[in-house]
Amino acid sequence: MAARIVELRNITKSYGNVYALGGVTFNVEKGEVVGLLGDNGAGKSTLIKILSGVVRPTSGEILIRGEPVANWNAARSREAGIETVFQDRALAVQQSIVRNIFMGREIRSRFGWLKVKEETREAHRLMREIGFTSKVFSPHSIVGQLSGGERQGVAIARAIYKEADVIVLDEPTTALSLTETAKVFHFIRQVRASGRSIVFIGHNIHHVFDIADRFVVMDRGKVALEKARSEVPRAEDLIEFMEGIARLKHAGSLSDTGAAA
Amino acid sequence: MTGISDAGEHTIAAGSHPAERPLRRFILDNRASLGSLAVFLLMMTIFLIANPRVFLTWNLYTSVLTTLPVALFMVAPLVFIVAAGEIDLSFPATMGFAGLAFAYVVQAGFDPFLGALAAALTGVVLGLLVGLLVVYGNLSSLVATLGMNFMLRGLILIITQSKSIALVTLGDSLAYRLLSSTVAGIPIQIVWALAFVIFAAFLFNRHRFGAQVHVVGDNPDSANEMGIDVRRVRVKVFAFMGFGAALAGVFSTMINFTWWPTSGDGYLLPVLASVFVGGTPTWGGIGTIFGGAIGALTVSFIQTGIVGAGLSGFYVQFFNGLIIILSLLGHRWNQVRYR
Repeated sequence: MAARIVELRNITKSYGNVYALGGVTFNVEKGEVVGLLGDNGAGKSTLIKILSGVVRPTSGEILIRGEPVANWNAARSREAGIETVFQDRALAVQQSIVRNIFMGREIRSRFGWLKVKEETREAHRLMREIGFTSKVFSPHSIVGQLSGGERQGVAIARAIYKEADVIVLDEPTTALSLTETAKVFHFIRQVRASGRSIVFIGHNIHHVFDIADRFVVMDRGKVALEKARSEVPRAEDLIEFMEGIARLKHAGSLSDTGAAA
Repeated sequence: MTGISDAGEHTIAAGSHPAERPLRRFILDNRASLGSLAVFLLMMTIFLIANPRVFLTWNLYTSVLTTLPVALFMVAPLVFIVAAGEIDLSFPATMGFAGLAFAYVVQAGFDPFLGALAAALTGVVLGLLVGLLVVYGNLSSLVATLGMNFMLRGLILIITQSKSIALVTLGDSLAYRLLSSTVAGIPIQIVWALAFVIFAAFLFNRHRFGAQVHVVGDNPDSANEMGIDVRRVRVKVFAFMGFGAALAGVFSTMINFTWWPTSGDGYLLPVLASVFVGGTPTWGGIGTIFGGAIGALTVSFIQTGIVGAGLSGFYVQFFNGLIIILSLLGHRWNQVRYR
């Protein structure tokens, strides 16, 4: 129980009469990678927004390291060590890697002068920690020169510098090629090796299958399936399950239109 | 699916990547200002070949060095404004207003240093007002500062009834000797202006304020998400612009021993041109202080150079424009915009 960092208990979220989440329980253990799957509108992003404190749940309990928290909000979430990396708009692309990592929390001496050497050294360390190193770029390289996967590396390095225990990656590989996805996976493995947890949101099952220790599949505001990686022999099993959900939904919508006609 | 399972171990050989070699990094980091320097040197070479007799006399250079400092005090802060993704067209009126404060204090018999302090205060307050208006009024800085320029200039004319102020005793003061006399043939104000430019460059590149100006101009959403008070940073750059314009007003008044109601007006276009000729792009996020200074040098030499090269004054405007356009084309080729 001590290893459980985040525990969301029976969370609901309703907008008027519409339930976005209808009683979801979601945990993050220390050092694990959780693959959060589901179709568009399944409730993934609502759940993540509640986790990062941007959206308040209608009901339910939030526990951090076993302690119930009150007045959960974005600042509390950050204090608790939860860092969300959104796909776009996270980085200043005309600036160096160093400047992005230390954005808003520059290492400085008296009167605000930057300790450039110390920042560079620290950036080197963070980049090495997640295996984000290469012969073609250095901490002084401009982020705009990096590939999509490498940019995720900058965002992850920045999250680690903030001493996050849980890093939430919102569709980090959606727009990326296979080699770029492999780079992001490499970073994620290094982050896990350092004892931090990751919540990986995606809808490409193959992407999530290779990296996650546990899968949570959501459907229409509920957890439809929760399985450890060891319980799922092949990615195809997950795909079949999700296709089953999709078929059910499709059938449901067909009968709806049938009733209307 | 094994194909995407691992990226393989990236290796690091410290100091071996190209971006880490000092000379190469220096060139990469300063490509814009080095480009501006190349343009300046090329222009001077052409002038020198066209009329070596004129361009080898020191007098030509002292006349430029007398007036260039005034522009430099405004070019450096304007780079901050443009890098932050804003623009300011109100600095000429701020310069006039701050110069007026200086002139009033000196005219009343106080020490010119006290006058300079009053001017600096006036400049910062006016800059703050402009910044607050633009940022909290959520106005376009282009239009709002244009309006402020007219309004402040109008206020100057109303207050002074468009009369100039002559400061005949200024030349005897310690402030004059320290700030704008001539030592060994060099107008001393250029030393102060260069000191200001170097300070501004450090502030821009090696200070928290400069770092935040960069990211705010680059990606305000991201800066905000990372806890930077974007609006505060924007107001600060306008205040800094006001400070620079105030120094320009003090030096201009000191050099001429006179404050004119039009003081500052002639600087609007040359200062703007200097920033862009110097290699600061219009889109925000990056900029170069030293490039701006070299741009100011280029702009102030165009006029002197063309007349000195034996062409009639009618050519000045044409070549002014030509150099600006050629510089922009050069910088366009020299730097990429990352998105």
